[in-house]
Amino acid sequence: MTDKRLSMREAIAEYITDGLSVAIEGFTAFICFAAGHEIIRQGRCNLTLIRMTPDLVYDQMIAAGVAHKLVFSYLGNPGVGSLHCVRRAVEKGIPAPLEIEEYSHYGMVARYSAGAMKLPFFPLRSYSGSDLPGANSRIKTVQSPYEDGETIAVVPPINPDVAIIHAQRADMLGNTQLWGLLGIQKEAAFAAKRVIVVAEQIVDESVIQADPNRTLIPGLIVDAVVHEPYGAHPSYVQGYYDRDNKFYLDWDQISRDQAGVEAWLEEWVMGVPDRAHYVAKLETETLERIKPGMAPAAPVNYGDYR
Amino acid sequence: MSDFTPSEMMIVSAARALAGIRTVFVGVGLPNIACNLARRTVAPDLELIYESGVYGARPARLPLSIGDPTLVTGAISVMPMADLFGLYLQGGLVEVALLGGAQIDRFGNLNTTVIGDYAAPKVRLPGSGGACEIALNARRIFIIMRLMKRAFVDKLDFYTSPGHLDGGTSRESLNVPGSGPQLVVTDKALFDFDNPEREMQITSLHVGVTLEQVREEVGREVRISESVRETAPPSEAELNLVRVELDPQGMYR
Repeated sequence: MTDKRLSMREAIAEYITDGLSVAIEGFTAFICFAAGHEIIRQGRCNLTLIRMTPDLVYDQMIAAGVAHKLVFSYLGNPGVGSLHCVRRAVEKGIPAPLEIEEYSHYGMVARYSAGAMKLPFFPLRSYSGSDLPGANSRIKTVQSPYEDGETIAVVPPINPDVAIIHAQRADMLGNTQLWGLLGIQKEAAFAAKRVIVVAEQIVDESVIQADPNRTLIPGLIVDAVVHEPYGAHPSYVQGYYDRDNKFYLDWDQISRDQAGVEAWLEEWVMGVPDRAHYVAKLETETLERIKPGMAPAAPVNYGDYR
Repeated sequence: MSDFTPSEMMIVSAARALAGIRTVFVGVGLPNIACNLARRTVAPDLELIYESGVYGARPARLPLSIGDPTLVTGAISVMPMADLFGLYLQGGLVEVALLGGAQIDRFGNLNTTVIGDYAAPKVRLPGSGGACEIALNARRIFIIMRLMKRAFVDKLDFYTSPGHLDGGTSRESLNVPGSGPQLVVTDKALFDFDNPEREMQITSLHVGVTLEQVREEVGREVRISESVRETAPPSEAELNLVRVELDPQGMYR
């Protein structure tokens, strides 16, 4: 079996090329800013960015000019307010016009599910009475072929060229375990043509096998494994570090104008060679502040059946 | 009776409306505090459901976002969002959902998408998130919004989350499980839709608020229920829970 470990620089260089569609998923948690920043550093462009909640990671990437299109379902700074960079791109075309393709959350969940299961579409009870189908012609309806003949909304599959999934731990083969908010990471990974897993810890295969129910993504579908502690900061990893809410609040100010964002990118993205240097640049106070207390689960017995 | 803020009146009103409810779909901020207050007062069996994939949250601190890790630790269940939307919401297990918006019309339809034209928006708002399917699938919808002229409009710029559509029986034509908006909690008054036209009507005025003030804020003719009450002010116990336990830093005061 092949060791799939790469540095973030190597993984992005190998798998992300201009013009691809990329899904860096993770709902509030597990958002791989380390990958987003490396994509900016390597100067990628014309990407289609896919994420249910673009969050700060895509706000930064869009301000840096890597994207020409955004597929999403909620465009906010969660718990804080607006994503000013995305808004500037949509409202004023700064730094470049941004094409958008918009769904609801369940619509995006359904799209990833259809993509993962290789279905032509996915039905869901949503959109009736809403203007969303008028704004996005990819949202359609079908009539049930069964007795009640119900008309129901459908969305098309989505199969990102690359999905980037952050997790607590993985082995070198890409067998990946997550706990906490599972979001849509599993479906996004199975839907994608290539998968990069980024983990806080690389563990032995035996650690994975001792708790198989926690394995969300099998190495079978993983192309690269990157070891990147604090790779999701300022978002969080359950049990490893808390969300840096102070940064989310600060970003609301930093991102008010393009010049402010460019200065920030210059310092925190272009000005550091990799995530390890970014982490070293964070204040000790920040790392202390986001350190959670302990809340371990009770151990379970899988049983020994030799 | 001690002094209280309009926000506290909103929190307490929303909490009281959850009396006896088993499952509620929650947002952050005021709705979150309202649900936690309800659990400690009128709805001890209330389970909080978050679209991030959490059922039965027991937040130990005030969550800043619906994806806060405090919602995970100590919860009854944490699941993929496909399960949350598919099995819990679409499966019909959500009794009440709390929603808000940038704009609301007289039939409780909500806009969280754009101000202005969709293709060239004056203001690009966050969009649906889960609100569209929540508005259609939760059995009942309670709306929580501050009363402001620019929010209470005649015609929405965009229909994100359907309420009673054009009023009357028009929602029934959608053939969806949820019965739509039942209550609007604001900082000045409570509204319901208990009339054949399914039109928002004032049903209760908060202490010290006059009908004229509400009319002034809405900026259009407002329907008035045949029996307008005065909202009972927050009790000492309710205020204590909010101020000491639920929002000790007064973030939503």
